[in-house]
Amino acid sequence: MWNSFKFVKEGWIDSYMVSKMSSKMVGSNNLAHAKRMVQQLRVEASIERIKVSKASADLMRYCGENAKYDPLLMGIPASENPFKDKKPCTIL
Amino acid sequence: IAYLLTHPSSICAFLKMACQGLAKGETTNTLKAESESLKAKLEEERAKLHDVELHQVAEKIDALGQFVMKTRRTLKGHGNKVLCMDWCRDKRRIVSSSQDGKVIVWDAYTTNKEHAVTMPCTWVMACAYAPSGCAVACGGLDNKCSVYPLSLDKNENLAAKKKSVAMHTNYLSSCSFTNSDMQILTSSGDGTCALWDVESGQLLQSFHGHSADVLSLDLAPSETGNTFVSGGCDKKANVWDMRSGQNVQSFETHESDINNVKYYPSGDAFATGSDDATCRLYDLRADREVAIYSKDSIIFGASSVDFSLSGRLLFAGYNDYTINVWDVLKGTRVAILFGHENRVSTVRVSPDGTAFCSGSWDNTLRIWA
Repeated sequence: MWNSFKFVKEGWIDSYMVSKMSSKMVGSNNLAHAKRMVQQLRVEASIERIKVSKASADLMRYCGENAKYDPLLMGIPASENPFKDKKPCTIL
Repeated sequence: IAYLLTHPSSICAFLKMACQGLAKGETTNTLKAESESLKAKLEEERAKLHDVELHQVAEKIDALGQFVMKTRRTLKGHGNKVLCMDWCRDKRRIVSSSQDGKVIVWDAYTTNKEHAVTMPCTWVMACAYAPSGCAVACGGLDNKCSVYPLSLDKNENLAAKKKSVAMHTNYLSSCSFTNSDMQILTSSGDGTCALWDVESGQLLQSFHGHSADVLSLDLAPSETGNTFVSGGCDKKANVWDMRSGQNVQSFETHESDINNVKYYPSGDAFATGSDDATCRLYDLRADREVAIYSKDSIIFGASSVDFSLSGRLLFAGYNDYTINVWDVLKGTRVAILFGHENRVSTVRVSPDGTAFCSGSWDNTLRIWA
């Protein structure tokens, strides 16, 4: 059984209104589950990693190279932004 | 042999082990021990490369100036909470879905409604625009993802052409077309994600690994290959290989449900929004969390996140009705946007980056620029 079900947990709707959950009997096959966990961890442990300093530099470089193409970052004039009104609105 | 013959329970145990294909001596305990040691090794390897913090490296770049972002359009028409929205690639159309089962297609420039369809279920938590702009996909408590071709004829009943594509065993939380109208990726409250062929409804690949509801997924930008990231109620963000179904990386640093995941535009990182009131940035090549976006004054969950085009800004919608704008590199907040009168449930930047749209439990959508 899931130990969290978003809707019921949040109190958005009563549990009886929810469509029937299929209960996953994780407990019934601990061995298979443990084996899968180990295999999964082996995959994750084996990947190549780089230093945070290098990763950070790359993220910064990407931001820098693309900043001029980012309208929300640079701010573009009303004449170029279809969402910005060309004339000010007056509320009467 | 004599021992086995005189102790039936050990015959059973022996046969059971043989059937489960275990190596000699493997038991739940030895596997558990190996599990723990692999986890420790993972942490050790990650720690070795943790030579600096992102915000420290970012100290040398200029701080961002003041941002003035205002609501430019308000889309009114939903009768209930807006749960999801998506932009069309034409940068002006939007599809949105709500708790009362309505799915509406809008022209965001004019605020006109172009199409409306009523789903047979409530809580339509997921909706997506097809890359061609000719169809929309949606689903929710019906446990399915359905595709509706959009007709040019306004009078045509869209529901008549509906195509059921995905079938889960619990609610549909998120859906996304891949690079074409032909395949859809879905995530579900049943704890799985799945890839489907739209035409035949066939399941092409399923992704198992989350231990609770999966709430969100995002496809890597096309240049970076066939992967996607998912996040859920198990507090984990998982990166998947779409072809093999393999979970290739997993991150577990959030303290509560991950409500939304979004790739950084280069594909090298992704951001998350969580019920623990923080948003975080995970770098895929460093294989770790590299930034946390939080403030003591922010105590409500973040429901949705999206990046500006360059990746410098992160827009995050919160359950306290606000949208916070974060400097991704420096980790500081650069703006707080008020306007919605209830939880912000979804935030998406337009395809050309000129604006972003927010959807809320106050039944409206707002376009900000």
